[in-house]
Order: sequence, then structure tokens, then C-alpha cells
Amino acid sequence: MAAKDGFLKYKRETPTSRDAKVRVSDYKEIYEPFAGEKLNNQAARCMDCGVPFCHNGCPLGNVIPDFNEAVYNNEWEQAIKILRSTNNFPEFTGRICPAPCEASCVLGINKDPVTIELIEKSIAEKAYELGLIKANPPKTRTGKSVAVIGSGPAGLAAADQLNQAGHEVTLFEKDSKPGGLLRYGIPDFKLEKWVIDRRIEYMKQEGVIFSCGTEIGFNIKAENILKNFHAVVLATGAGQPRGLNIKGSDAKGVHYAMEFLGEQNKVISGEIKENPISAKGKHVLVIGGGDTGSDCIGTSNRHGAASITQLELLPKPPQVRNTLNPWPEWPMTLRTSSSHEEGAERVFSVLTKEFTVNEAGQVTGLKLVDLEWVHKDGRMVFEEIPGTERTVPCDLAFLAIGYTGPTQNGLLESFGVEIKENTLPKSKNYKSSNSKVFLAGDMRRGQSLVVWAISEGREAAVKVDEFLMGVSSLPQKDESFFQVEEKIEG
Amino acid sequence: MQEGLYRSEFEHDSCGIGAVVDLSAVPSHETISDALYMLSNMEHRGGRGSDPKTGDGAGVLIQVPHQFLKDITARTEIELPEAGSYGVGMTFFPKNKQLFQKSKELLNQLIEELDFELIGYRSVPVDETVPGSGALEVMPNIEQLFVKHKKGLTGIELERKLYVLRNYSTSEINTKIPGVNQSFYFASLSSQTLIYKGQLRTDQVLAFYKDLQNSRIESAFAIVHSRFSTNTFPNWRLAQPFRFLSHNGEINTIKGNLNKMKSKENLMKSKYFTDEELSRLMPITDKYKSDSANLDAMVELLTLSGRSLPHAMMMLVPEAWQDNEVMDRERKSFYKFHASLVEPWDGPAALLFTDGKSVGATLDRNGLRPLRYFITKDQRLILSSEAGALPIREATIMEKGRISPGRMLWADLEKGRVLFDEEVKGEICRKQPYEQWVADQRIKLRLEDSPKTLAHPYSTKNIKKQQTIFGYTSEELKVVLSPMGDTAYEAIGSMGADTPLAVLSKESQHISNYFKQLFAQVSNPPIDPIRERLVMSLFTRLGQGQNILEESPKHTRQIHISQPVLLNEDLEKITNMEGQGYRCATLSSLFLADHAPGRLLEALDKICDEAEKAIAEGKNIIIISDRNSTEEYAPIPSLLAIGAVHHHLVKKKIRTSAGLVLESGDIRETHHFATAIGYGASAINPYMALESLLDLFEQGKLPNAENQKKLFSNYQAAIGKGLLKVLSKMGISTLQSYQSAQIFEALGLGPDVIDRCFKGTISRISGISFNELAEEVLIRHRAAYGTESPVLEQGGVYQWKRRGEKHLFNPETIHLLQKSTRLNDFGMYKKFASKINEQSKDALTLRGLFEFKKRISVPIDEVEPASSIMRRFATGAMSFGSISHEAHATLAIAMNRIGAKSNSGEGGEDEIRFAKKENGDWERSAIKQVASGRFGVTSNYLTNAAELQIKMAQGAKPGEGGQLPGHKVDDWIGRVRHSTPGVGLISPPPHHDIYSIEDLAQLIFDLKNANRKARINVKLVSQAGVGTVAAGVAKAMADVILISGADGGTGASPLSSIRHAGLPWELGLSEAHQTLVKNNLRSRVVLQTDGQLRTGRDLAIATLLGAEEWGISTAALVVEGCIMMRKCHLNTCPVGIATQNPDLRKLFTGDPDHVVNYFQFLVQDLREIMASLGFRTVDEMVGQSNVLQSTGHLNHWKWDKVDLSPIFHKVEVPDHVGIHKQIDQEFELKRVLDRQLIKAALPSLEQAMASSGSFQIKNIDRSVGAMLSNEISKIYGSPGLPEDTINFKFTGSAGQTFGGFLTKGVNFELEGEANDYFGKGLSGGKLIIYPSRNAKFRPEENIIIGNVAFYGATSGEAYINGKGGERFCVRNSGVQTVVEGIGDHGCEYMTGGLVVNLGEIGRNFAAGMSGGIAYILKEYITEINPELVDVDILEAEDFNTIKTFLKRHVKLTKSSLGTAFLEDWDKSKEKFIKVIPRDYKAVLEKRALEQTKSLV
Repeated sequence: MAAKDGFLKYKRETPTSRDAKVRVSDYKEIYEPFAGEKLNNQAARCMDCGVPFCHNGCPLGNVIPDFNEAVYNNEWEQAIKILRSTNNFPEFTGRICPAPCEASCVLGINKDPVTIELIEKSIAEKAYELGLIKANPPKTRTGKSVAVIGSGPAGLAAADQLNQAGHEVTLFEKDSKPGGLLRYGIPDFKLEKWVIDRRIEYMKQEGVIFSCGTEIGFNIKAENILKNFHAVVLATGAGQPRGLNIKGSDAKGVHYAMEFLGEQNKVISGEIKENPISAKGKHVLVIGGGDTGSDCIGTSNRHGAASITQLELLPKPPQVRNTLNPWPEWPMTLRTSSSHEEGAERVFSVLTKEFTVNEAGQVTGLKLVDLEWVHKDGRMVFEEIPGTERTVPCDLAFLAIGYTGPTQNGLLESFGVEIKENTLPKSKNYKSSNSKVFLAGDMRRGQSLVVWAISEGREAAVKVDEFLMGVSSLPQKDESFFQVEEKIEG
Repeated sequence: MQEGLYRSEFEHDSCGIGAVVDLSAVPSHETISDALYMLSNMEHRGGRGSDPKTGDGAGVLIQVPHQFLKDITARTEIELPEAGSYGVGMTFFPKNKQLFQKSKELLNQLIEELDFELIGYRSVPVDETVPGSGALEVMPNIEQLFVKHKKGLTGIELERKLYVLRNYSTSEINTKIPGVNQSFYFASLSSQTLIYKGQLRTDQVLAFYKDLQNSRIESAFAIVHSRFSTNTFPNWRLAQPFRFLSHNGEINTIKGNLNKMKSKENLMKSKYFTDEELSRLMPITDKYKSDSANLDAMVELLTLSGRSLPHAMMMLVPEAWQDNEVMDRERKSFYKFHASLVEPWDGPAALLFTDGKSVGATLDRNGLRPLRYFITKDQRLILSSEAGALPIREATIMEKGRISPGRMLWADLEKGRVLFDEEVKGEICRKQPYEQWVADQRIKLRLEDSPKTLAHPYSTKNIKKQQTIFGYTSEELKVVLSPMGDTAYEAIGSMGADTPLAVLSKESQHISNYFKQLFAQVSNPPIDPIRERLVMSLFTRLGQGQNILEESPKHTRQIHISQPVLLNEDLEKITNMEGQGYRCATLSSLFLADHAPGRLLEALDKICDEAEKAIAEGKNIIIISDRNSTEEYAPIPSLLAIGAVHHHLVKKKIRTSAGLVLESGDIRETHHFATAIGYGASAINPYMALESLLDLFEQGKLPNAENQKKLFSNYQAAIGKGLLKVLSKMGISTLQSYQSAQIFEALGLGPDVIDRCFKGTISRISGISFNELAEEVLIRHRAAYGTESPVLEQGGVYQWKRRGEKHLFNPETIHLLQKSTRLNDFGMYKKFASKINEQSKDALTLRGLFEFKKRISVPIDEVEPASSIMRRFATGAMSFGSISHEAHATLAIAMNRIGAKSNSGEGGEDEIRFAKKENGDWERSAIKQVASGRFGVTSNYLTNAAELQIKMAQGAKPGEGGQLPGHKVDDWIGRVRHSTPGVGLISPPPHHDIYSIEDLAQLIFDLKNANRKARINVKLVSQAGVGTVAAGVAKAMADVILISGADGGTGASPLSSIRHAGLPWELGLSEAHQTLVKNNLRSRVVLQTDGQLRTGRDLAIATLLGAEEWGISTAALVVEGCIMMRKCHLNTCPVGIATQNPDLRKLFTGDPDHVVNYFQFLVQDLREIMASLGFRTVDEMVGQSNVLQSTGHLNHWKWDKVDLSPIFHKVEVPDHVGIHKQIDQEFELKRVLDRQLIKAALPSLEQAMASSGSFQIKNIDRSVGAMLSNEISKIYGSPGLPEDTINFKFTGSAGQTFGGFLTKGVNFELEGEANDYFGKGLSGGKLIIYPSRNAKFRPEENIIIGNVAFYGATSGEAYINGKGGERFCVRNSGVQTVVEGIGDHGCEYMTGGLVVNLGEIGRNFAAGMSGGIAYILKEYITEINPELVDVDILEAEDFNTIKTFLKRHVKLTKSSLGTAFLEDWDKSKEKFIKVIPRDYKAVLEKRALEQTKSLV
């Protein structure tokens, strides 16, 4: 345990962010540095619980109490070892994870939880700073080759693990740079892209082959991949955005969030000069109250939008947990992101009825109606409140209401992978219906968090390794190496 | 075929013993009749079965009454020769006529064969109407046999031949005649002694044996024994006395002793017996005899082969000598020398012994059994468990005393006087130059030169791989090893174990995990290895065994190892001793890792062969090493290897030809050492543990270990302490006798593994075999070699981890339980329950492998209503102190609301909780616990209870005491516990008033007197043999027996105890139920169980296995908000439960409503199951174990061999034998002396007016004052009556617990003497005792009260004109007393009060004393245990205190010693010193300072 009573001595403290007015003029990370004793004290708040709910709350199974202790003792090498043993990319999750671990932190029952995510990020950065992260190519190679399709967090994690297991891994990416949604989905003010580049560089040194700008089925045929590799991991995400089926949603100025965000990231990295979608001076409506919506707000602010309004179908969540949603469940409370701090109006319990469109086909406004949520037959349903219909001005609308599944571009079919009714591919233990094709990430489980994607990549890698070698020495999050098998071998 | 869980080897007995000796050696009838009268006055020390007329056994040993026998046979064919030239056999022939005849024929034949001549048989006249029906059913044909030797031998020569005849004929007749089956027996066959005994009550012996009524039967001495057995299966043989001794107590190390004896027998040679005779004597000891009978057999062997009887006793039951600095060198050398020959037969023992000519008495080193003696003017010596059992006119008494621990008394009838310890032993110790022999021959490993360079230097390179091979986890390094290396202590943890048994675990297990440590409960006491360290020893030895029938310098040629954890250099020293005659063989303990079946067994065969060969080649040390494993070869688990070699050598009878040492990579924690030593290792080099520690040290993780030397010595010390704890919880004092004593139950190992490697170990649930054990090793081996640089596994045993071991309480189940009870959502509870039950299907618990058989269901509304089931619930004993007031009171309120019972725990209870609140809620705990610490146990506390629970053991740390650290003792807790805030409190491992079963009966009797309405509940922990203990407890009159699972919770326990001691409740409960039913005792007691019960299914299973009430603790705490932090011991509980920190207590959010919801869910859940199984009431469901079966789909190699049928076994009994509680216990409270006292006290009770009276008192008047105090408490509460309201005077010998729980305002004055437990639990009353005014002896030189006076007393005063016994004022927290000398361990664990002692203090004074003050005489300063106390000089205030108390003492008792002190006060006051606990003093000083400050 870090410290017996650290939680009684220290209060939760997180880094301050740069002034909202200043930071909207750039796309740099918003947080000030936070280190030294202050960080040790935060780690000291960890109680090393008998049942560490955080460790359960983390989709990766990060061994949180253990690395907290190491940080408390300034044992950075130990800390990064523990962290990397479950998480290939703590520098990503340390920045952009919604931190379900903190939501389930035991301290959260009656105090503020431990700053786990901050500690995670600090470990990763400190490790780079101290040179503790080195290219560490496997000493022996198995002679087996694996193609990983898609270089998002799931693909990267799978590639990293499989490479460490000694297989020759080629990562195919349709975009010009690897990273997937990490690179093209998450704004720089949340994740600067050098963070990804830095990691990719080590992976390259360790032997992972990156084949970017290569779209399977387009540049290379699936059958060639199947022929040339011993195994394939598909991890191309769940890129099929959910549309808004109302009148006028095909108008000019109505975009999927990712169109806007992706292009912006390319502008920042210099891949393109200008974002084809500009929010400058415009009345922006963001439809959808989630993280992607927030990212649209932050980016629109940086463009210099005239106004930004975020619309959410569900009622405004409470400030604190209610009895039906107790710890350690994910808190259904009002979250105010850094982008919200930078300025945006938030409207809850509201239903979009129709976009108003001018003759040029450009959106001009959105008809709304307020809702009342009521209990009916044991479920919550909404009813429109008569007389609240109104139209708000809208020059630009971003749909940030989720994804329905993998992009329907025939990729799965070309690999001979069967698909379930809900557009997700059939999978069992990360295996598809094609015995040498494995699935990982949003593509397999549907849209989710980066931390889940990494978990998917890691777990799928174990199954690939087992497929190739019979047994795997790659770690799994729920099964130890000391676990006894159902049957005795030999 | 063993069907159920009961095994006859579990049986225990304890007793009362006594002797009357005429020192002038004149035989008389009076001696015998007095002894028998004394016996009948110890009936309360004997036991009775379900049939009150059937006793557990009693008997008398006398000298052969030649004249009587001659007279009585005069008119028969029998013609007796001269006295001493013939042997008399008290022979028990089989009852069956044919067998009787056949036995006799064979016996006659053997008599002839062994050169004897048959004189004749005499049918012993008995009165068959006397014994109870059970006893009568199996009564043997009792005949006296008369034989003479053809060569006319007499004296000891004749005895030797008779010995051979007896042993040989007994074994021949019992084995050669089919059907006899151990029913042929000689109670005695001797020319010197004759024994009359049987399955009788104490008062039946005389009535049954008509011989004894005959006034012509005479003897110069008589030894009597009354037995209290845990079982009631009648057996006439088991009654005592045996041929040489009477034993009160039991031998804990019996298995090891018997195993070692096997090899010793092989080496025996004697000039007194031919080889043929020796072979006819074999086996000397065997498992069919009781422990006492085996000890008797050893004594007989040693005595008849040339040693004197006291010599033999000293060898077998040595006093504590190892760390005794004041023992003279000759005596110490004697013990040192004999330690090379034979291991102590260790265990509580009061022993009376005789060779027919003289009579001796001794106590074992701990002195846990009482033995008092009296010497009278008319040359009589009276020995007995109790004073007053034989009334003696005071005026005739010359001397009164007690036998002290380890001391001996020898009544030499030839010399006509009593020889005391020094005189008897001195002569024996000087017989041989033992000191010289030891000095010349003994090699001390510690003093040998270390090798300059190590063949195996410590290396931390590649350590992860090595660690992985041996199954190390990162958790173990952090949680288990680090604290040991850093601080020299074992780690402490809290809450219970909820991980699966080894055989059910899906994680590869260390083989030691299949073994559960046994522990002492009820039938013998555990020891406190810290506070009573002086009786404990860790030394072991290496070398060859010798012929124990002789002695020579060579016998002590051995390597002496001071503790068993060897560093690499130590091991190397051993291998380099060829020059000194030690030749080592190192055997490689590896097996081929190619996964082919049979590899492990092949390898075991190989090392067994190699070991045998090595011995044949003259090697006398065998090192079994698992070094140098490779990818091709994996290490054999060390425990398996040592067990295999040990038992192989035992079987070949060459075990003592060599010492066994382990060089082991897999041994690291205490339990691993304990098992390896328990199965034969003399010493262990845990090289991997040492390297792992070094690695941690090099990483800077062990800041307190300054260097490698310190690091290793810390580890050795920690393991040493851990081992002492393991030994002591079984009541064993020395590692030497623990070695190969096999004090474990194996769980989940197959019979082939047990037979081969662990033969004789209790193993009732079978399981995996060699191939599966190999697989467990290979899993780790693969993990190590499967990758280049393995990362250590996380473990997850002590803390829930995703990749780790499974736990019943995990994030999901905790959450579901909390949310469902808070929202009162039964559906969600069912989800919780199904997770727990389903998890169980994943085999986390034994019950997880059970399923219900299909039965015809009934509609649920026909099942008894929830309200009537509720009363069957209790919450567990959690003390106020271990948990907060808020958490404690919430449970109490909830339980009172539903008519169930909460438990106070052992920390007392604040009286403000006794009254109901305005809203009707009640914070009073219905169950008040009485634990070894006796905190706050006053008359008023006992009065305010519906149930009194005696905690014999606690699941998480059975056999151990506890400690509440000072920082948890705030003002409130201090007040409730009658202790000083800020000062730590110790609960001793044993109840110091329960060292055996008859003592428990006494405490039950005390409590029943203290509150007649309360049920008496005895809490036991599940382990092998708990059923027999439960039977004993039922016979001791408990109303309720709680069988607690070993996985129950704790506020603080050593981690190794939480994991490795005791068994799950399924086994213990089932065994207890089966055994109680078998004994027809089940219907007299309520059977309760607890230990990780969580769901209705758990309750249903418990009920089917025999429980009619259930305890829920951990789950109830979780409902209150506990999230299994497992930090209770740190006082940092973040949800305000297990903490006294006021800030954290504020965070408590528990609510009685939620707790009530949970119990309603449980009942509903249970009722649904009852309906589906067709049970309408709980009563009809209890014990229907045949409704359970193993789940059909056990499809895993690890547990598909687990056989659960012994658990489901239903004992078939006739209809009239009840299998649930139906009959109330019959307490004989109607005629107790207190009835008279209450009558005499009516003016006080009714009007608080003064009352007085005078009463005669006898030793059978027990617990006097408790019932009177109960009446006062009922009316006046804890303030009691005004001082001196009641004045009662008693004359005579008071029985046990005189003045027990005596409350305020009551004075008892006793002229005479008292037995043990004087002033137990004194609650404000005043006790005055002085010898009979007619007595002629000097009071201050004689004992007047027994052992364990003022145990758990909280307030009051006492003046004792005479000496006290052992453990005077143990756990006293407030009594102020003057005494004139006391025995060993005085003021132990005292936390308050005052002792002025005018005489000697015995050894180990003030051990564990954390409060109060003692004034003692300067001359005894060396006997103080200085661990916790300071010795200060006195100041004016102290002098005043002493003087005040002395004046009162003299006034009240007329003490001449006190008068002498006062008369010469100026001089005598200089004789005193003050003993005061350090922490206590600091707290007092701090307070004084604060007070002065506040005044300023």
C-alpha cells in the first residue's frame, strides 16, 4: 500500500487547465504540468483496497493500486512495468479515457476518487522522460506473419502484442498515417498527435511494419492478404455513423461530427491546408450530448463560431448520483467537459423535428420541441410538451449521435466473415467465422472507448497467438498463467 | 469402511485424578475407601452420556492385596503362593461366551508357552445393576487371573516376564481369534498392582466392584481417576488408571510420537529382555490405544528396561529447560541428553504414577492441569485435582501445596517420606556424567565455521524465471515475504478468506495449501507463544537415532540446530561435517517434465530408493534438493518429496538412521515450513525465498533491513515466530515434538498420495493424485519456460485481482448485495444470490459442488412463515472496538427488530445500550460473548443477555489470541472494556479457565449460575474432530453449539492463520451433526453454523447438514457498507465500520432497514427452496443430508475426483433418537448453595438492607456467589448494593469459582481453602480468605486458593492469607488484592487493578501485563518478564497504598505475615518494588500532565 492514511491527509487535486479564453486560440493540450510531490500525494490517496473496484472498473484490468504505490515511492521503472503489463498505450488512455476506474474508485463512495488517470499519464510521460521506454524487439521470431487491418487503438494494440510474441506483423491503414480515430477523431487539444507518432516510432523500431494509405479491397485484395499471411486481425472500427432521419438532414451545413473533426486534425498536422467545413461566425448546433459532441464544441469554438448549442434528447442528468445509480456504477451525472467550459449552450430533453433549409439547400434553422420524460410500463418514455415547438437558427449542424457498426464497404464480406443481424460480425473469442481471421475493437463490439479498443486488441492477440503457436505466452486480463486448464495435456 | 466424517482417533478425554498414600507403607482399607470417596467428590469432573447412569469411566489402582486375595480364594481351588511371587491379572474377557472360552484357552496356552504356571481364575464379583445400560451392554467378563513363573521369579524380574506375557497374549488373542477385535484386555497384570476400573461413574466404582467394599482389602496407597470423554461410545478399556499412571490432560503430539516410536522399536536392545521377548512386546505403542495408554506403555517399557520411574517421566514429559537460565547445569544436561533419545510427549498433563512401591506426581512444562497435595501428621499424602475432595481435619495438616509446572513429587514408601522436585531429580541427573557427554558429543551448527566461499552463492539473476517455476506471485513478495524480511514479523490481515480450497482452485496450487492446520479447542489449550515463550523451543537436531533402552555418550552425538531455517552457508556447513562423522547424501528431487503420466511417481520411487541406499552406505544426513531444474526437469514439490522419503524410511524402520533436510525452492511462508517439518524435515534451506528477499532488498524495498545479514535473520526470526504460533495453537511447545507429528487435515488429495507420502494424516475429502499434482507443477514450469522473461503473476489471494484467485465477494457481488438491500429489490438480491451460487458452481466452495435431489414440492404458503424463521438468525461476534459503535448498534437494532440475535463480540457492551430507545429500537446485543480476554464480563453484563456465548475459537485464527492495538482503545472502548484508553489489550490464546473439557463444563456451570435464563452457546471452529469436541461440549451441558467455518472474518489475524487453519463449515457442521446423532446427544443441543453464509441456498445446505440456526456476519457488514477493504487492522476503514477514527465513523451510512431487508430476502429465498424440496418446517429439514448430492457436471481434472459422500452421510438411528434440538439440558441448579444465599440475602435484595449468614462449604459447592449476584444485578444493575451490605461467612473447602462474578456490596469470608478460579470475574464484591483457625501450618507457606484466581475480574477487593496458584490475577482489570505468594505467570495480561504480594512470585511474572500495578518483593525481580513492564522504586504514595492495604489485610484475615510486615514497617517497606506496565505508565503520566495543565 502506498500510504496507510494518505486519503485522510490529502485532497484530490488535478492539474489546472489553461485559461479557457487563451486556450481556444490554439489546439494545444489544455492542462498545465503536474508532478513532483503533488503527484506522490495523489498516489498516496490510494487505499490499496481489498477489493480494488478500480481494477475491475478498468476495461484493461490495469493493476491500479500497484502502480499507485510505485508512484508514491517514486519507483518509476516499476510503475511503468506494471502499467505496461496491461496497457500498451498509457500515454493515450492517460489523456483521453473517461476513466471508468475513477468512477468505481472506493474513495468515490464518500470522497473524491483517486486521480488515477492523471497518475497513469504521469507514469507514461515520466517513463519517456527517464528513457525507461525503449524499443524492445523480440529476441526470437516465430516465422509466422500476421496482417492487422486498421491502425486504430485496437489494431495498434493487437500489432504490438503479436509483434512482442515474435510474429511478423504488418499493419494496414487506409489513411496516410496510422492511428485511426486516435489521429483523425480526437482533437489535438485532447491528444496531441506527437504522442501517437512517438509510440509508432518505437513500434517500428521493434519491427512492426506499417503500410499506410493502403485500403484493403482497394489497393490490395483480401484474398491476397489471406494468402500471404498466417493470420489476419480485422480492426477497422465502427465507422458507420448513425444518421438523423428528419426532414432536411441532407441539407448543406448538416454534417456528421467525424467529417468535421477528422478534417480539422489533418489541418493541424499539415496534411491539408484548410478544413472544408468552417464554423467561423456561424451558429452551430451540435446534436448529441456525448464526448464527440463536446469535441465538436471545442473545435467550433476554436474556429470562432458565433454561437454553439448542444442538443440532447435525454433529460439533464443530476449533479450527483442518485440512489438508483449508486457507486460503483458509471455515474449518470452531468459532465462538464473542458470544451463546455470554453462556452456552449446545452439544451436537454429536446427533440429535433426538422431542419429548415433555404433555397440554396443550405440549412438555416432547426425545429425543436421540448420533451417530458415519464414512467410508462416500467420504462422511461418521452412525451412532447405541447406549445414548446420553436425554431432555432442554425448555419452548421453536427450529428454526434453515435455509430451503427463497421463501415459497410464490403471488407468483412471479402474476408469471408459472416455478419450478425445488427451489422456486427459474428465472433466467438475474437474469432470470426473464418478460422484465420480475427476481430478486434469497435468492429467487433460496436462503438466504444479507446480503452476498450486496446483491451480488444490485446485479447484478440492472445487468440491469434494460440492459433499460430498452440499456446500463448501473451497475458490475458482475466486469466493468469497459473490457471489450470480443463484437461491435462499430454 | 468410513462413511461419515467421524473418526475414532478424534476422541479426547480429560479428567479428575487423585491419590491417597500412606507414607509409612502400612496397607489399610481406609486408604482405599478414602480414595474412592475422593473420587466420588470429583463427579463434576467426569462426564455422562445421554444416559445419565453411564459414566465415561472411573477406576482405582491399588497394591496387590495379598492377604485379601489369599482369604477370598481360600475356599477355592486357587492356592496363592507367597506375596510377590505371583501375578494377578485383572482380565477383561470378551462378553460373548464362545469368544470368552476361546480367549481363555489361548491365554492358557500362552501362559504355558511363556514359562508361566496357571494358578487359576477368579470371577470378580460385580453388581450388574450399577452401570448404566450403555455400559452394561458392552461389559466384559471380568476375571482375575493368577499365575506364577516356573522359575519362581519375584520382584522386577517377575514384572518383566508378566509384561511380556501381557503384551504378547493381548496382541495374540486380539488378532488370532476372529471376532475378539480388541475386546480382550488386561486392566493390569502384575505382582505389585491391581486395577479396578470400568465404564462407570465415579460413585459407581465402589458399588460395582464388591471386592472394594470388603473391609479386608487393603493397600498402602490408592490412585483414582475419573474420566470425561468427548464421546459416549462405551468402552471399558479406556477407563483409567493405567498400569503405571493416571493422566489428566492429553498428548497433542501423539502422532509424531507414535511414528517415531516405530523406528525406535527397530533399534531396541536390552539386557533385561531377550530379542525374542522384545519382539513379543512389539508394538509398544499403537494407534488403537488412547494417548494416555500409549504414554503408559512408554513409561512401562522404560521403567522395566532399567530406568527408574521418575527418570522415565523426566524423559518423556520434560520440564521447560531450553531457555531456563536458572536451571542448574546438571539438570539441563540431563534434559539435553535425553532430548537426543526421545521427543517430548507434549501436551497438558497432570500425572500420577506408581511402580507399585512408591507414588509420584508431576505436571507438564505448562502446568495447565491443577494438582494439589496435602501432607498430614499421620503420615498421609493426599493428591488430587481439587482441594477438599477428601475432607481432612485441618488440625492434622502439616503442609498444603500444589504441583507447579514441570515439577515432580515422589512419595518414597521405602524411605517413608515425600521427596520434592530437587531431591528426586537431582539424584537422577547425577547418575551419569551427562554434562560431559553432551559437551563432548554435541555439535552446535551455529558455532561451526562458515565456508569461505559458497557452492551456491545467492543470485538474483534470472530470478523471475526461478520464482515462476516455484509459483511465486508479486503479491506474495509484497504481502508475505517483504514484511518478514523487513520487520521480522509475519503480515497481519483482516476479514475472512473467501477464496476456493486448493483442490477447487483454478490457479495452480502450492501443495501445502492442501493441508489445513489443526488447533486446540476445548480438549486442550493453545499456548501463548509470545507471552509464554519460555516454555517454547525451536531447536531441532540431526543425526542417527540410538537404542533408547540404554544410554551412552554416543546417544547424544548429534548436530544441534537452534532453529530450522537454514541459510545457504548453514547447509554447506552440514555437508562439510564428514570429519565429525556426518555423512551427507544430496538427492536431486526433480521429475521429467514431458507430461507423460507417472513421471512424478517414478521420481519419488527413485529418491526413496536413493535414500534407502544412502543409509545402507552409512550416510546419516539426507538432503533433498530441488535445485537445478531445467526446461526438461521440473522440481518435485518439496513437501511431497519429504513426505515420501520420510514414510518410506519409517516403513523400512530406518527412519532414525538419518536426519532429513530440505534444500527447497518452493518453501517460503510459515505454513510451508510447518507442513515440511510436520512431515519429517529437521531443517530447511529455502534458497529461493532468500534470493527473493535479497532481490527485494536490492531494489530498496526493505528499508528496515540494514544489510543482507539482518535481512536473513529477520526472515529466520519471522518464520520462527510463525512456527511457534503454529505449534502453540495446537498446544505444542517444542518444534522437536512437532516434527513429523502430522498435525494437519489433508483436503483434496487422493488416497494414493496420502498413503504414500502422508500416511496417517486425516483425509476425509479425497481428491487429486500424483499426475494431477505433477500438472500443477508443470503449469508453473510452462509459465516459466514459455517466455523469455516471465512477469510474475499477480496472485490475488489476499486482495481481489482480475487475473488472480477467485473470491466470493468481488466487485460485482458486493455491489449487487448493497444495491439490492438499499433499494429493497428482491429481484436484484436474487441476481446477487445466483452470482454467489453460480460462482460456487465454478467451484469456490465445497457447497458449490452440492446439489439438491429432486423431491416433491409443496406450495410456498404451506412453508412456515418468515417470522418464525427469523429467530434462527444471529450476527457474528464482532467486538465494539474492532468495529465502530455505529456499525455495531445498527446490526443490533436490525436483529432486535426481526427477533433475531446480534452478538456483543468479546469487547463488552456499554450499559447505555441495555435500555430500549423511545422509538422501540433496542441496541442491546442479545448474545453476550465470553471470550478469553473477558473484557467487561461482569455480573450485570451476563445478566443482560438472552444468550451467553463462550468463544472457544475464531474461524480466522483458531487457537490464537488477539490484540487490540492501543490506538483503537479510545475513552469509550476503554471504559466498556474496563481498561486504560490508549493502552493495547491482549486476548490470550486459551481461556485460562478452560484447559480441558471438564473445565468448560465448569465455565458453563458458572455462566448458567450467573444467568439462569440465558442459553449457553459454545463457539467452535470447524476442523477434523470438531464433532467429538461437540459431543463433549453437549455433555458439558451447553445449550447451543456453534460450528464456525474457518473462513469467517476477523479484525486482525496473521495472514497464514486466515488461510491455513481450520476447515469450511460444511465439514465441521456435518461431522458435528453426525457425531452428536451417533451419541444420541443431538436432541439436547441447538446446532448453529456460520462462516461466509450469504444466500438462501447456503442456509438450506447448512440446514440439511444439521444446522438449525445460522450466523451471518460478513454479508451483514457488506449490507452496512463494508466493501471488503481488508484494512480493519489499520483503523482506516473508509466507510466507518472497522474504525474508531471519529472522522471516518461519520462516514458510516449503514441502516437497520437495509439489514432487515437482507434477512427478509434470505428467508424468502430459503422458503422458496424449502417449498421446492417439500419441507414445510425448518425442524423437519434439519439433518436431512441425504437430500444433497454431488453436482452431476463436475468436469474438471482437478475436482472430478473429489468425493463428498462423507459429508452427505446420514447416520441411521432409531426413531426415538432426535436429530434436532428437542430436549432441554438438565442443569442441577436446584440445590446449589446460592439458593440458600439468596434466601439469606432477601432483606438486601428486597430493601437494600444489610444481611448476613454463615454457611458450611464443600468442594462440590461450585460457582458460589454467581447466582446471588445475578439476582442483585437484575434489581440494582451494575452499581450493585452499597458497600458491605451483605456479609456471608463460609467454612470449609470451597469448590471452583468461589465468589465468581460477585457483585458490589457483597462480602464473602471463607475460613478454609478454595480451589481454582477463586474470584473469577469478580464484579465489585469483596473476598476474604484465611485458613481454618484450627490449622497448625503457617498460612504463608501453604497454598490456600487454586490456579487462575481473579481471571477476568473487573473490580472488587480480595485478601488472601496464604499462597495462590498459577496465573494469579490473569486478565484482572480492576481488582485490588493482597496475597502471600503466588505461582508462575502471575498478573498475566493484567490491564488494571492492584496486587500486593508478600511472598514468592513464580516464573514469568507480568507477561503481557499492560495495565495495573503490582507491588512485589525485591528478591524476586529476576522472575519478572520485562517485555511490557518497568520495575520502579517506590515513592511516598506507593508506600501509603501498600500500608493501607496491608492494614486491611491484617484486619480482615489476621495474617501473621502481614502483621510482621507492619510491625517492622520502616524496614519491610524497603523490600518492595513496583511493577508497572510501560505504556500504562506513559498514559497515566500524560493524563496527569493534562490534568495539571487544565487546572493551570
